[in-house]
Amino acid sequence: MNSRRFDMLLLAAAFLLFWAIAARLAGPDALSTPVATLTRAVSLLTAISFWDDVAATGHTMLWACLIVLAGGLTAGLLVGSSRLATQVVEPMLGPLYSIPKITLYPVILLIFGLTPSATISFAAIHGIFPVMIFTINGIRQVPPIYERSARVMKLNRFQMIRSILIPAALPEIVAGLRVGFSTTLLGAIIAELFASTAGMGFLLIRATEAHDVIDIMAITAILFAFAITANSLLMRLERHVRHG
Amino acid sequence: MSDTVELSTSKAAAIASRPEDTTHAKLEQVVRDFTRPGESEPFRALGPVDLELSHGEFISIVGPSGCGKSTLLNVLAGLTKLTTGSVTFEGKSIDGNVPDGVGVVFQEDASFPWLNVWDNVAFGLRRAGMAGDETASRVEEALDFTGLRDFARAYPSQLSGGMRQRVCIARTMVLRPRLILLDEPFGALDQQTRLLMGEELLRLWRETGATVLLITHSLDEAAMLSQRIGVMSARPGRFLEILQTGWPDDRDSTIVENAKFGELTSHLWSLLRQETMAAMKQSTDGARS
Repeated sequence: MNSRRFDMLLLAAAFLLFWAIAARLAGPDALSTPVATLTRAVSLLTAISFWDDVAATGHTMLWACLIVLAGGLTAGLLVGSSRLATQVVEPMLGPLYSIPKITLYPVILLIFGLTPSATISFAAIHGIFPVMIFTINGIRQVPPIYERSARVMKLNRFQMIRSILIPAALPEIVAGLRVGFSTTLLGAIIAELFASTAGMGFLLIRATEAHDVIDIMAITAILFAFAITANSLLMRLERHVRHG
Repeated sequence: MSDTVELSTSKAAAIASRPEDTTHAKLEQVVRDFTRPGESEPFRALGPVDLELSHGEFISIVGPSGCGKSTLLNVLAGLTKLTTGSVTFEGKSIDGNVPDGVGVVFQEDASFPWLNVWDNVAFGLRRAGMAGDETASRVEEALDFTGLRDFARAYPSQLSGGMRQRVCIARTMVLRPRLILLDEPFGALDQQTRLLMGEELLRLWRETGATVLLITHSLDEAAMLSQRIGVMSARPGRFLEILQTGWPDDRDSTIVENAKFGELTSHLWSLLRQETMAAMKQSTDGARS
């Protein structure tokens, strides 16, 4: 076993211990124990009805991620590859991103009603900004020497974007996708929490209303495991494109 | 015809094809002014300068920091426009358009970190749409020449600074430029590596027959490598003197033991001492204002 894996195990053990102690101190009305939670998580995962809600959230995530990927990357590349567009758009993106997006949810609900389209668009606006910001920054940070070398090798504008800007900015772009994925998931769950008829967020709010502490914790644990797995896969991809 | 043969005969071919005209590139009354952001008055970075490069010659340009050496190179590479004057390469005017047949090696590490050594070297050929087998044979040849064969699959981040600069030289050389411009290419390397890389550059020059213009801040490097040395003044850069070294073609770094080498470098220094002091004063004044 390598030391990194050992460290991770140690961290997980410490986390479980902390959780067990916290559960004991807070009492069963607020926190369930690790054993009770994980047992419930397993029984949830083996129930067929649970997978309908996973599918609902999965459907939201799939479409939202497609929108984030296509929209965020295209907009980021278009803006990032033009110095003027970067100067105009970039100062607006930060403040725009910092608006609490939940304030836009009523408007989205008025437009789409209580439909999957509402949750999808709400999730997508969470993810699209980080992807755009990271892509623009990634391109801006490409050392000018690469472009000068490419000019000497007589690359045209399109070749410059495809063969220099995108590969040089790729590690940053993938980092943006990783952050974008997390925020899209956040958006999807929030949307389901506030107004929806299915999904993981919907299950969570239903369990909260029923004050089923073990259900709340089990659903949270499943979401947590999913988010960590997705994040570490994207981190692996990021390391792969960084070439040391 | 195999590539090695082509490489070794290209110098003879280059000379034979132009028996009358020895001028390869020519700068006439070239001036480059820049306007700094927030300033209305432009300042003169370069000129006016006149310079003629002969086919197949090796010329170095030395001068104090900020004297416009790099601007001179950028003008020749078509990377910057002229304010006034004219630049021609092989009889055709260059003005802010990168001409065919010119290769540039920069001081900064320009190797692409997302490509391995092989793909870095093949980059320009692939973009130019060259056939795969011709690309492969040119890349292999360049890797052999620069001693990078064993590192073909390595990424630049795994290489030393000297090796990365070799990648950039190989990447330029596969395009078979007839004029190679080098902007302080060994500036970031240690002294021993510089000497070796200088020898490699001489070998490249001898074997390809290309015209070489080397910008350097090392007087030793200029004195060791060149046939002619252009000494530039403090900004705005003009030529104070263009001197001949008179070295044989098959020189290498052992030339530093030659008595004439010492005379040459001390002459260069006597020309540059005042100019360097002037350049230092300029940059101090610039910092103060």
